[in-house]
Amino acid sequence: MDLILEGLVKAFQLLASLDPEVLGIAMLSLKVSGLATLFSLVFGIGFGTLIALTRFPGKKILVSLVNTGMGLPPVVVGLFVSILLWRNGPLGFMELLYTPSAIIIAQSVIATPIVMGITIAAMQQLPANLRLQILALGATRTQLVWMLIKEARLPLMAGVMAGFGGVISEVGASIMVGGNVKGYTRVLTTATVMETGRGNFDVAIALSLILLLFCFLINYVLTYIQQRERPR
Amino acid sequence: MNHLQRVLFVTLSCFILSAALVPSSWSAPVQQKNLILATTTSTQDSGLLDVLIPMFEKQTGYFVKTISVGSGQAMKMGEKGEADVLLVHSPEAEKAFMGQGFGVNRKLVMHNDFLLLGPASDPAKIHGAKSAAEALKKIAQSGALFLSRGDNSGTHAKEKGLWKAAGIAPEGQKWFQETGLGMGETLNVAAEKHGYLLSDRGTYLALNKKRHLGLEILVAGEPKLLNIYHVIEVNPAKWPKVNAPGAKAFSDFMVAAPTQALISHFGTKEFGSPLFFPDAGKTE
Repeated sequence: MDLILEGLVKAFQLLASLDPEVLGIAMLSLKVSGLATLFSLVFGIGFGTLIALTRFPGKKILVSLVNTGMGLPPVVVGLFVSILLWRNGPLGFMELLYTPSAIIIAQSVIATPIVMGITIAAMQQLPANLRLQILALGATRTQLVWMLIKEARLPLMAGVMAGFGGVISEVGASIMVGGNVKGYTRVLTTATVMETGRGNFDVAIALSLILLLFCFLINYVLTYIQQRERPR
Repeated sequence: MNHLQRVLFVTLSCFILSAALVPSSWSAPVQQKNLILATTTSTQDSGLLDVLIPMFEKQTGYFVKTISVGSGQAMKMGEKGEADVLLVHSPEAEKAFMGQGFGVNRKLVMHNDFLLLGPASDPAKIHGAKSAAEALKKIAQSGALFLSRGDNSGTHAKEKGLWKAAGIAPEGQKWFQETGLGMGETLNVAAEKHGYLLSDRGTYLALNKKRHLGLEILVAGEPKLLNIYHVIEVNPAKWPKVNAPGAKAFSDFMVAAPTQALISHFGTKEFGSPLFFPDAGKTE
């Protein structure tokens, strides 16, 4: 119990004193996971909408694959991204391993199926006649897609939260492709693992609290936006 | 399925392109300046590298990416040309590594020693045992819990050597558990489960200072328990992408007089005794 209290005190000290190292780690976490979520939104919503709105052979298999991908273990992604990015590997020429970009790639791979799966579900949830109605009003294809995305915005917002929550809290891929390099690729989760290994439990608790605080704040904002208008 | 493949391909290439285009300052602060150091968990968990690396970076302008893994994995990274320089402590494996031509210029840097630690109650009564081998035999006979690193690290290699010397095959025994974790974390596990374990002195002292582990030094001081660290440059002839000048600079830095002096003082203020003893230029 003392340990948790000490951790709390330490966390507030670190936050209040704006400890540059902790602040750097926290900002990097936000930047990396934020960008990864952004990419996953582009691909997830884009392809998710495409899959939901078109009919093609093998669609059920594809959707099952996407849904399986929603539970993609981060370490598996970390392993494969590492192998691809090794400097003597197929994409080694890009010199990306152990950089923040590598973490963004891995996290995007983790978050995309989550966003995509939720997008597909959200789109298929829309009333079937809605499409016909919008088309009957003379909408172009682009307008149609845009209208449908707007219509599904509430569940899509849940997708954003799930995607972001998934990547900011994962540690397996970040440590494998980022390497936990001090001041460069050390994010909140990898720093927590390391500080625990070093026996600095107070710092580890402080870092976890910051992580929780971030998750809460981001989700609070997103939920706020989501709930601003009540659905009809 | 063709469609699927196309979608996958486009997605994948978009990811990689976009990530490559993101802030270029992130993706490598001037190519040749990057140096990948693969090292053991003990050098990082004890805090030594937090002192040495900034010094090296300031002196030379290289940017060091320290990847802290077990010695075994560090050498695997060297074998595949995924690291430029290694700081490891697994002499037998290092000799094999050098013998196969994966490394050049293996230099002695420092040592400390391994300790057999256990709970104060000492259920297997190993305190005062004449040798590590004798102590391990007692642990095996009494069936008291022993925690092994189990991760191919230098410490794990040493541990396996000691078991072999004691003539015991502990794998699969009920009292023998492998954590598969780093030194610091394995110490935490042993503290929680009141188990015996082999640890390097540096990590033990550093961790015990922060959190009373309740583990006592029961056997120590035998020549067999020496823990010797070497720096090895990865052979650039095998892997042209290796940053050979950087590796050489780091290797020279580790054995330079000011660095060695710093190593000899590291930890004295905090722990009352040094964690590592400098050895540059000596023979084993």
